[in-house]
Amino acid sequence: MSNIRDMPNGQTMEVRVWRSDGEGGRFEGFDVPQRESQTILDVVSWIQQNADSTLSYRFACRVGMCGSCAMMVNGQPRWTCRTHVKKVLKNNRLTVEPLRNLPVIKDLVADMDPFFDKWVKAEGVFHPSKTRADAIEAISSEHPMRVEADRAIECINCAVCYAACDVVEANPDYLGPAALNRAWTLMNDERDAGHDVRLDAVSQKGGCHNCHSQQSCVRFCPNELNPTASIAGLKRETAKSFFRRRD
Amino acid sequence: MIRPHRSHPLWYAFLLHRVSGLALVLFLPLHFYVLAFALTQPERLDGFLRWTDYTIVKLAEFGLVFLLAIHIFGGLRLLALEFLPWSPRQKTLAASAVAASFLVSGTFFLQAV
Ligand code: SF4
Ligand code: SF4
Ligand code: FES
Repeated sequence: MSNIRDMPNGQTMEVRVWRSDGEGGRFEGFDVPQRESQTILDVVSWIQQNADSTLSYRFACRVGMCGSCAMMVNGQPRWTCRTHVKKVLKNNRLTVEPLRNLPVIKDLVADMDPFFDKWVKAEGVFHPSKTRADAIEAISSEHPMRVEADRAIECINCAVCYAACDVVEANPDYLGPAALNRAWTLMNDERDAGHDVRLDAVSQKGGCHNCHSQQSCVRFCPNELNPTASIAGLKRETAKSFFRRRD
Repeated sequence: MIRPHRSHPLWYAFLLHRVSGLALVLFLPLHFYVLAFALTQPERLDGFLRWTDYTIVKLAEFGLVFLLAIHIFGGLRLLALEFLPWSPRQKTLAASAVAASFLVSGTFFLQAV
């Protein structure tokens, strides 16, 4: 039963959840029982299972692997399956909204299309330099480029950074921290043959030079990646190539 | 009110850099306007400069030097961030920029009074 792990004192918290059919919307309040160990995703699931089955939200793995459960919690972007209520509850209140900077499909479900379209626009795709007939290239894990790529590679595509970024909010063309971070990993992939097209892609309008280095992406990335450092790397590379191409 | 996704030290550093930049942009035309008196109406310039004896004006000058210093040190921080290998001590660097600016503007103020 749902109340097996409820706190003995039966304490509840006030949860305001954004309800929307995609156009406009409003907050709806729910009283949700508090539990000993409880994540924001548990809270949203409790509402959907016990209070209003029409509530839409998205999750899959529940262990911080898939990146599908991100939402705004008390105004900050979070991966909800790994965010404990204890950590974010303020005055016994929680506010849960869909991720910022993305269109809303329904309730807590954001439309991720613009986010992923920008990965493609940033040339966040591998350009092979060899065929299957060639031998596999040995890359040392200690090679400086590999080390640089390693720092940025564990992205789970959750769009938490995208929701945290003020430049994304202000400039609809801005490729955003995750796509640029991905581009940087590929710029450090020796097997990749697309460095020049990628540099062009990330230095176009809305590219890496739009980043204001506020580091909100770094502050909130649940995997502790550093998109700002990756973007700084891209800025350096584009600056270098600017001088290279002129001589 | 600063929105929750912005409430972290490096966003405040960004804000300080932006606000100091804007304030300097507003100040500069005024600065040149007054300086131009040296050529056009020297007596008026002297009259204006006498103002600087007032403590309140000295305080304002302290603010101005602080704005200049914070914009310089903050700018150096950004240049380092973009062109030098990444340092994990970003908050320390931002705090140092503020501290250095207080040092410079504080020294100026103590010399002035
Ligand atoms: S550092 Fe750049 S990418 Fe990260 S939040 Fe700020 S503007 Fe966005
Ligand atoms: S960089 Fe971090 S916050 Fe951004 S999508 Fe990847 S894992 Fe999520
Ligand atoms: S549900 Fe997969 S990361 Fe949260």
